Amino acid sequence: MSKEIKIKKGLNINLFGEAEKTVFELNSKQYAIKPTDFVGVFPKLLVQEGDVVKAGSPIFYDKYREDIQFTAPVSGKIIEIKRGAKRVLQEIIIEADNGIEYESFGKAKPDDLKKEEIIEKLLKSGIWPFIRQRPYSIIADPKAEPKVIFVSGFDSSPLAPDYDFLVHGKGDEFQTGLDIIAKLTSGKVHLNINTDLPGSRVFTNSKNVQINNFTGPHPSGNVGTQINKLDPINKGDIVWYLRPQEIITIGKLFLEGKYDASRVIALTGSEIKKTSYYKTYIGASIEGMINNNLKQENVRCISGNVLTGTKIEKTGFMSFYDYQLTVIPEGDHHDFMGWMLPGLKKHSFYRTFIAWLTPKKKFKVHTNINGGERAFVMTGQFEKVFPFDIYPMQLIKAIIIEDIDAMENLGIYEVDEEDFALCEYISTSKINIQSIVRNGLDMIRKEMS
Amino acid sequence: MKAIRNILDNIKPYVEKGGKFHFLRSTFDAVETLFFVPNRVTQSGCHIRDSVDMKRAMIVVVIAAVPALLFGMWNTGRLHFEAIGEVAAFWPTFWYGFFKILPIIVVTYVVGLTIEIIFAQKRGHEVNEGFFVSGMLIPLILPADVPLWMVAVATAFAVIIGKEVFGGSGMNIMNPALIARAFLFFAYPSKMSGDIIWVSGMSKGENIVDGFSGATPLGDALVGNLDKLPSPMEMIIGTIPGSIGETSVIAILIGAVILLFTGVASWRIMFSVIAGGLIMGLIFNLAAVNDYMALPAWQHLVLGGFAFGAVFMATDPVTASQTNKGKYIYGFLIGLLAVLIRVVNPAYPEGMMLAILLMNVFAPLIDHYVVEANIKKRLKRLKVVQKI
Repeated sequence: MSKEIKIKKGLNINLFGEAEKTVFELNSKQYAIKPTDFVGVFPKLLVQEGDVVKAGSPIFYDKYREDIQFTAPVSGKIIEIKRGAKRVLQEIIIEADNGIEYESFGKAKPDDLKKEEIIEKLLKSGIWPFIRQRPYSIIADPKAEPKVIFVSGFDSSPLAPDYDFLVHGKGDEFQTGLDIIAKLTSGKVHLNINTDLPGSRVFTNSKNVQINNFTGPHPSGNVGTQINKLDPINKGDIVWYLRPQEIITIGKLFLEGKYDASRVIALTGSEIKKTSYYKTYIGASIEGMINNNLKQENVRCISGNVLTGTKIEKTGFMSFYDYQLTVIPEGDHHDFMGWMLPGLKKHSFYRTFIAWLTPKKKFKVHTNINGGERAFVMTGQFEKVFPFDIYPMQLIKAIIIEDIDAMENLGIYEVDEEDFALCEYISTSKINIQSIVRNGLDMIRKEMS
Repeated sequence: MKAIRNILDNIKPYVEKGGKFHFLRSTFDAVETLFFVPNRVTQSGCHIRDSVDMKRAMIVVVIAAVPALLFGMWNTGRLHFEAIGEVAAFWPTFWYGFFKILPIIVVTYVVGLTIEIIFAQKRGHEVNEGFFVSGMLIPLILPADVPLWMVAVATAFAVIIGKEVFGGSGMNIMNPALIARAFLFFAYPSKMSGDIIWVSGMSKGENIVDGFSGATPLGDALVGNLDKLPSPMEMIIGTIPGSIGETSVIAILIGAVILLFTGVASWRIMFSVIAGGLIMGLIFNLAAVNDYMALPAWQHLVLGGFAFGAVFMATDPVTASQTNKGKYIYGFLIGLLAVLIRVVNPAYPEGMMLAILLMNVFAPLIDHYVVEANIKKRLKRLKVVQKI
């Protein structure tokens, strides 16, 4: 039943600063939950500054889908509620206790529970937001029926953490989690792995799923690519997706009756003195990882990878869904004759810089846009890194002119901004494609609701 | 480097909004970005961006056109000295052509860039790099003896009507360089065709030796003088009369290799233009009723502007088909039509320009059907699912 799929189109960006395979404990004092991590959620606060919470205590809920609530990853005291422009909620910061106290949600065996009971438990514990859906890449609707559930068992993005390392030794929790999510759909659960990478026994031993093998360059690890190749989304279809550490969290909820938000995250990037993995909890402050560990001060900290991550301050917090912190130099300098020189150290998808002579070489990249924004001029480039059966440029143009019919026809339901990250990276015209795609998805979602 | 940066930083406040010389903002911007890649950093989406930018992509095309330009300079000198019956060494020959052609290039760039900068200023855009390439290609497709004022008028026409009215680089429907050429061709037909425009000095009739004909091979072919055609070898090397950059197939091939290797131009288009030309040539060979139709198909590829058009003109990404499948159709039809116009049409010796301009207009239609097929496929998938 399992399928072999080879992705041909794409691009691996080799960067300096891969995480060394050692794990440290990160004893962060502060944790934050950031409502801005959740696309399309309008947060309604349930707590105030000074409140004491346990791990699993509700913090806020979604105004439009009230049953979806978000809970504290650790126990402690709420010390600050940060708001941005127009009083938009930015961060709810929790000062952690020394030991973690958990809300109890009760142990249960997957086989004893009905689907509704599972969903209720997931909603109550604040674990539900881990389950996301395509189209739109938003938190799944608990009342919807997904035709299939996808789990990507590897990450192909630049400096990605090794998933085998993240889930090592958690086979039981993982299997329990899989058994739970299998009950949420009448269709299949796909677990996609890449045999070119060091395989994880946790994945290959798992049951109750269809294990597929994907090989090839990034974006082979993106769930969007995998859905498109195995079971493409048609208008009206709903597909749910999760990632392995999130399934382990679900497993622990049923095995131990608590919301265990522990995560192993990778500290990566060329500006880090000592890269490594850290064991911590969701929303950890990054200070403990980067203090005295930066090669220089003018850096950008990214929660996530360099293609799709979120820019955070040096005193910021990890985002809800991210397993990776990347630190790269800021590019706020003028590059003399930069567009004309041969460019041995410049990474490029094109062979206009002589760096193509050394394809295996690793690069140190910065955040400069490397040019000015232009109209679309070059064609046929996106297609080389976009493994979907979709015309990327035509779809982007349809979004720009806000033509809903054309967007639908050209396949917007099958994509999200992450799938266009490489297109944005290689764009000669320096167009902000990911935000255009997000606008398009928001437009369609509004139109459909 | 530091000194240039300081000068630019000193001037900058004057041209910013509200500054005394704000009307020179685009000019300043063009100069600044010429020296320095801007220091702007990413704000959303990808935190890193490919090192390539439009300047880099366009400079590759300019570099690719340099061999054709250098050969054109030498050939201009060579033809001139041959016409006046003198023999000159390599360097005098080259310098003659160099000083003949340099003014054409300068006029093209000055006129074109001035207009580009004015439009950029009015629109509040940055100056687009598209004219880097157009400014290089326009001289290469002109005859050596073209009057400079015509170059200026044609360039202005091409930039304004061919490009800026549509919204600037990236929005134009037809290739601006070819618009300049077509404008000259139709506005000044007596000056731009015939036998004497192609060889420098010949239009003024200075000391031309008896019996020297400046006719291009295509001109000869059109009037049926196929026996006068130069040998294929001469046409490949390019020692024949013709537009400045179009004669040498070898020089053009060097450019093609650069364009294809860097991936700036589409191999699909180049390949299918050649395929289209060959197939039309073969069809004529099969049904030949005159000498021109019987001309071996492959010789059409080295005749006139076919090679130059295939490599530098048809591949313009803005005006070509944008889908990969569309590129095959687009290129194939260009090759086909170019040879068709050449052989059958009595009025125009060269079909390449007209074929490309025509297909520029049809490229969006081709894309429409290609994309439509993708849409149908998606709808079909939906229906299959619904039936189950």
